[in-house]
This record gives sequence, C-alpha cells and structure tokens, in this order.
Amino acid sequence: MAYKIIERRMIVPNLHEFIVEAPAVAESVKPGNFVIVRPDEHGERIPLSVADWDRTAGTVTSIFMQVGGSTAKLARLKPGNTIPTYVGPLGKETVIQNFGAVLCLGGCYGIGSIYPIARALKEAGNKVYSVLEARSSFLLYWEDKFHKVSDKVFIITRDGTRGKKGHIGQIPEMLQQAGIVPNLTIVNGCTFQMMRMSQITKPLGWKTIVNMNPIMIDGTGMCGVCRLSVGGKMKFACVDGPDFDGHEIDWEEFLARRKSYNPEEVDPLRHSSCRSHF
Amino acid sequence: MPKQTPWERIKNFEEVALGYPIETAVEEASRCLQCKKPFCNQGCPVGIDIPGFIKCIVEGDIASGVKKIKETNALPAICGRVCPQEEQCEKMCVVGKKGDPLSIGRLERFVADWEAAQGKIEVPDMAPKTGKKVAIVGAGPAGVTVANDLIILGHDVTIFEALHECGGVLMYGIPEFRLPKRIVNREVEYVRSLGVKIYTDFVVGKTRTVDQLLKEFDAIFVGSGAGLPWFMEIPGENLNGVFSANEYLTRVNLMKGFRFPEYDTPVKRPSRVAVVGGGNVAMDSARTAIRLGADEVHLVYRRSRTELPARIEEVENAEEEGVIFDLLTLPVRLIGDERGWIKEMECLRMELGEPDSSGRRKPIPVEGSNFIVPFDAAVIAIGNSPNPLIPMTTPGLEISKKGGIVTSAETGQTSRPNIWAGGDIVRGAATVISAMGDGRIAAASIHKHLMNKE
Ligand SMILES: Cc1cc2nc3c(=O)[nH]c(=O)nc-3n(C[C@H](O)[C@H](O)[C@H](O)COP(=O)(O)OP(=O)(O)OC[C@H]3O[C@@H](n4cnc5c(N)ncnc54)[C@H](O)[C@@H]3O)c2cc1C
Ligand SMILES: Cc1cc2nc3c(=O)[nH]c(=O)nc-3n(C[C@H](O)[C@H](O)[C@H](O)COP(=O)(O)OP(=O)(O)OC[C@H]3O[C@@H](n4cnc5c(N)ncnc54)[C@H](O)[C@@H]3O)c2cc1C
Ligand code: SF4
Ligand code: FES
Repeated sequence: MAYKIIERRMIVPNLHEFIVEAPAVAESVKPGNFVIVRPDEHGERIPLSVADWDRTAGTVTSIFMQVGGSTAKLARLKPGNTIPTYVGPLGKETVIQNFGAVLCLGGCYGIGSIYPIARALKEAGNKVYSVLEARSSFLLYWEDKFHKVSDKVFIITRDGTRGKKGHIGQIPEMLQQAGIVPNLTIVNGCTFQMMRMSQITKPLGWKTIVNMNPIMIDGTGMCGVCRLSVGGKMKFACVDGPDFDGHEIDWEEFLARRKSYNPEEVDPLRHSSCRSHF
Repeated sequence: MPKQTPWERIKNFEEVALGYPIETAVEEASRCLQCKKPFCNQGCPVGIDIPGFIKCIVEGDIASGVKKIKETNALPAICGRVCPQEEQCEKMCVVGKKGDPLSIGRLERFVADWEAAQGKIEVPDMAPKTGKKVAIVGAGPAGVTVANDLIILGHDVTIFEALHECGGVLMYGIPEFRLPKRIVNREVEYVRSLGVKIYTDFVVGKTRTVDQLLKEFDAIFVGSGAGLPWFMEIPGENLNGVFSANEYLTRVNLMKGFRFPEYDTPVKRPSRVAVVGGGNVAMDSARTAIRLGADEVHLVYRRSRTELPARIEEVENAEEEGVIFDLLTLPVRLIGDERGWIKEMECLRMELGEPDSSGRRKPIPVEGSNFIVPFDAAVIAIGNSPNPLIPMTTPGLEISKKGGIVTSAETGQTSRPNIWAGGDIVRGAATVISAMGDGRIAAASIHKHLMNKE
C-alpha cells in the first residue's frame, strides 16, 4: 500500500512532526495508541506513538526523534512522498476516566504523545496538570497546545532557559508548592524518564502509568520481541500495553532488552538528553 | 528427489529440494496401482482425488492433473512442499505396505510447478455476481482458501491482513529454502486476479472491529492464525539473545534480515545456537541458524527422535546440514552475563516413561543429571496460542480454554451469527492443509447461508 506524507518537518532539533494520510487509522485512533511504519520497501517496521489526528482530513500526527537508520530515513521524507506501511492504531488506548487530578509528564517525543491524553483527560472532567521537560528551551514544542487542555502547565529545563531549572526529581516539590496532589501520574517519554519518574513516585504512593517502548516487529502479539516483565509476569507490550504500571516494571531487564540490537554501537538515546534525568 | 547438496545449501537460502524432472515424475507416478478403493484419498484432509491426478501424470496430460487437484486444493504448490504427507496420504498408500509409498506430495508439487512454468494459469468458471459481501480476516492459507472459493461462487470478497505482506506463516514463518516466497506471492496474486480485494496494514479489531465490519459485510471469516509464542517459563527467558521462533523467523523471512544491511532489519548471527523444540518450527529455526553462519546449532528436545513432531524429510535435512540433536534434554534455566546476554543453558537429562494423553511416551527428568552448555543464543520453538486480538476485541465470541475461537466442526460457524472461523485461530498451531480444509468447509457454509438469506 502507499501512504502519503502530508507534513514532515523538524520542529525542534532532532524531533520531527510527521503527518500521514491514513484515513482508516485516523477514524479509530485513541490517545495512547501507536502505529507501525516502514519508511521504504527495504525498511524496518518501527513503532511511533500517535500525537494528534484529524478524523475529517483522515490524517495522523506523530513526533519522532531521529536516532538511527529508520528514523533517519523518515527524516528525509518530504510532503507528497509516500511510505509503504502505516498500520494502526495499535496497542490498548490509555484509560481515560474522571480520576480527579492528573499529572501528565512528557519529554522528548512523549511531549507529543501525551498531548492527546491530556486533552482527553480534560474532556473527561479531570484537573490536568501538564509538565513538559527538556534539556533546554529550544527543545520544547507544543506549549500553546498544552495550555488549551491543561489547568496548569509546568516547564522544567535542565539549563533553566525556560521554566524551572532542574529535572523531574523536583516535580513533587513543585506540585506541593502549588497545592496539587495528583490522583494519577502518566508519563510519556524516553525510557530513562519513565523509569526515573516511576522511582520518584513509588515512595510517594502516586499511581504511575508509563507508555512503554520496547523493540517491536509485528505489533499484533505474534513475535514476542516486545515482551517485558510486569509484576513478575511476562507481558507483550503491543497487545497487553503499551501502558503499564511503572511501579511494577522490571526496568533493568527492560533497558537491557531495548539495547539488544546495538551492543557495539553507542546507544544514541543515552547520549542525548536522557541520562540527565539522573 | 534431487536436492542441493548439504555443503552447498548451508551457504544459501535457496530451495533445498529441486523438484522432479518430468521423466522422474512419470516414472514415480507409474508405480501407482490405481486402487479401486484408494486409501490415500482418505488420508488427505481435503480429499484430493489422488489416483485421478496421478493417472493424468502417467498419461502425460499434466494440465488435467492440475485441474483435478484444484477441484479440492487451491494451493498445491504449497501443500506439495509442506504437508506432512507421511502422516496423511502417503501413510495410507498400499504400495507403502511393502517398500516406499508413492511420493504423492512430490508429484503434487511437480504438477503445480509444471503449471506455473507454463506461465498461464487457468482461470476457473466464475458464477454470476451475487451482490453479497464477505470480509476475511487474515491472508494465511485459511483466509486465502475461503477467498478463492467464495469469489468463484460470485460473492464480493475483501481480505484484511495485518502485516504488509500476505501469506501468513507461509510468508513470515516457513523459510525461503523450504517454501520460496515467489510461490506464496504467486498464489496470492492468483486470488487477487480473480477479483478478491486485499487490504494489507489493516488490523481487524484495531483499525476496525469485527462488529464495525459486520455493518458493511454480510459475513465474516476469521483466519487470524496463531500468535502469542509460548515460552518455557524458566528463569532467564528475557535475556538478550533469547528469541521466540516467530521473532527469529520473521526477522529473516518477512523482513529479509538475512540480507541485512541491504534490508534494514537486523538479525543476530551468533556462533552457538540452541533451538528448543522438535516440530517444523524448530527445524526451520535450526536450519536458518546454520545458514546464518553459526558454528554449532543444537536442537534441544525433551523426547526421543521417534517422537519429533516435524516432517521426517525436514528432520533428515536438518541432520544432513549439521544440526546437532540433543534429544531427551530439557532446559531448566538460561544463564546471562553481566550485560544481560545469554551465555549458558542449564539442562536436565530425560528418560521416557509410559505413554501420556498424546499417546507419546512421557519424558521424565533424571534426577541430579543437570549439566550446563555454553550458548550465545536460544530460539524457543515450543508452540503458540491462537492470536488474541480478535477474541479480545469481539464481544460474545465463544473462546476455548486455550484461547481459540470455538466453531462447529461441520460448518466452521462461531457462536455469533454471520461470523465463521478456521485454521490456527481455532486449532492452535496446526497445519497448512487443516487450515485450508477449515477454509473450504467455512466457505461452503457461508455460501449456503448467503444464498438462503434472501
Ligand atoms: C509503542 C512505542 C511507541 C513509540 N513511540 C515513539 C514516538 O512517538 N516517537 C519516537 O521518536 N520514537 C518512538 N518509539 C521508539 C522508536 O520506535 C524507535 O526510536 C525507532 O524504532 C528507532 O529506529 P531507528 O532505526 O531509527 O534506530 P535504531 O538504530 O534501530 O535504534 C536506535 C535506538 O532505538 C531503539 N530501537 C530500535 N528499534 C526499536 C523499535 N522497533 N522499537 C523501539 N525502540 C527501538 C534501540 O534500542 C536504540 O536505542 C516508540 C516505540 C514504541 C515501542
Ligand atoms: C515456522 C513454521 C513452520 C511450519 N511448517 C509447517 C509445515 O511444514 N507443514 C504444515 O502443514 N504446517 C506448517 N506450519 C503450520 C502452518 O503454517 C499453519 O498451521 C498455517 O499457516 C495456519 O494457517 P492460518 O491461515 O490459520 O493462519 P496463518 O498462516 O497464521 O495466517 C494468519 C494471518 O492472519 C493475519 N492476522 C492475524 N490477526 C489479524 C487481524 N487482527 N487482522 C488482520 N489480519 C490478522 C496474520 O498476520 C497472518 O497473515 C508451520 C508453522 C510455522 C510457524
Ligand atoms: S493408495 Fe497409493 S497406490 Fe493406491 S491409488 Fe493411492 S497413491 Fe495410488
Ligand atoms: S511486537 Fe511482536 S508480539 Fe509485540
């Protein structure tokens, strides 16, 4: 099949907004879903979370980070080009209910994917507190979109060029000062951020949902490469998740598995901002 | 049948068995006694008129042989290659009572390949259009069979396939060296040429649910196959370097990982590989590992050689290619290095006891026989459950304890009106021919239902 690229533009260094015409996906996509794309006929199948959609226009938006071969191919696409595979929406959607107060933390491409979650939570009557985290102000995007769907937006930058200077470890204190106690915390971002936030919220007893991003192939529960241990049980992220309770995940195992195809290479994610969550 | 020599073939992914030249086919066919009451037919799950097509070969009228087979089997080039004939038709053949039975599978393959080599495939007579619409979930052998039968009967047929290529296991599971992908593509293109619409990249249950499709289609056939690979539930299975057979084979076959970096999907090329299991899937994994350049490939199986469920031909091929069979051996633990990669496997020796419910002798661990073998990869090929996606997203479908869709054996009908199912989604991991047999039954039942509905 062939799917038309409507937009592919770098919105901040190394992160691309990627809009594809895929009416069947646009029709049924929900917050927390992902799609699998193949950049060309020789390409890998790689998963990308959905960050927005337009059901009338039949388009779906993702934000992707250029890290390796396949995302580099995607980064070279221009509007009007086509890609051979764009399948979805995959995975269980994020559970949307009226929880009360919800903290939505996004980083890297997760700023994009948590946006529709925040929007749906707001529509469901929650108080939505969005926290966007980046290394520096020039890596932030979609702030205006978050203001429209949040009761309050907090910004954290590592270098203090925008919002609070620091890292996600300061979130509990930040919320406390604002008099906010979340009934639910949802994190979308790179693995390190999701792991770190789960470690921070565990002693506080804040229920924390993370959107896991293991290596995948089919996305339909057939191959088992996306397996991870949750609460001591084997789960397949593509059909059982990708949302899981962050306090139940075996993070050490997860990190090792995600790196299984680049032992010799320098892990590109690790050498971006991600280690700075520590 | 002529084969590539083992030392040649372990260096390539080309088909191992080269097929009969016409003289050999005729000679082999002449061995058939043309039994008045043939048993071979009864051994065939779709009841091919076996003496009938063999007679055509003897008479040199291969075209009629093709027609004969296609009356009951739409995919002879595939079945001739992958059916467990020694358990089915050939097991029943009377010539086999003393000496070798007729090589029915090889003759079937010969006829199908002959047709393909002619370059023109005969198009069957098509019934007038009925205006009825049928949706098929999954383009594996079950789904393709239903599509073939129903389009010929005049219905409007649409296949929805989750992956980017059609063929199901034939495409992503069974390797090129056993079933060339051009043959699978040829069969898929054939049903497409009959007017079947095919949408790839469409996951029913996700992109659209069965219930949404029912608003648009008069009937649905679910042929979504096996998914969800089993693991042994022993420590260390999530270590790096431990793969399900589905992952390993999909990387190589569907994603063409053996041609990495020309194709982007990487596949590991470890030097000491353990493949756990004894079926076709295990043989395929082991022989793939050999071709990817492993120094040693061990097939670790808990029973003895006689109990191996794989086709005997593939067991022999694997032995010839240098796969080492660690029989009566049970893995109990996978041991990792400090970076989370598998480095060793701990096993127990087994001995055979009394026959169990499957009729095979039950393996019993020999106490204290533990031993450790170094490996840098393990492929787990011990089975699959039915794919969970349709059961998970289709309320009201009756599901068995093992996760399969429950159907009536006579009709293939599920517990819900207008929904049929067949193949591995019903049986768990079974065979190509049983999936096709299910498809055939379901197609007949769907046709009857649609024509009575007026
Ligand atoms: C459910 C899910 C949602 C995701 N959503 C997004 C998203 O919205 N935006 C985004 O930028 N990225 C997302 N990812 C990660 C994205 O799929 C990988 O970054 C991408 O596959 C890397 O491909 P590559 O060829 O460019 O890099 P590679 O060179 O293959 O690898 C670079 C890094 O990515 C990791 N990686 C490789 N293949 C995969 C894979 N198939 N799945 C996950 N990680 C992989 C490797 O461990 C390595 O660290 C998501 C992953 C999952 C599972
Ligand atoms: C490695 C291996 C070797 C084998 N060797 C042999 C052999 O030698 N001989 C033999 O007889 N049998 C063999 N088998 C078994 C045989 O391949 C299967 O029994 C047979 O393919 C089952 O056919 P099926 O049509 O039911 O399902 P499948 O072939 O599994 O096809 C199902 C299709 O449905 C698609 N699908 C799944 N879910 C959805 C969804 N929700 N929406 C849309 N599409 C969906 C899948 O992507 C797939 O393409 C082997 C199996 C494997 C894995
Ligand atoms: S049983 Fe054997 S000999 Fe008899 S008809 Fe069948 S193939 Fe021929
Ligand atoms: S990606 Fe293959 S089972 Fe999840």
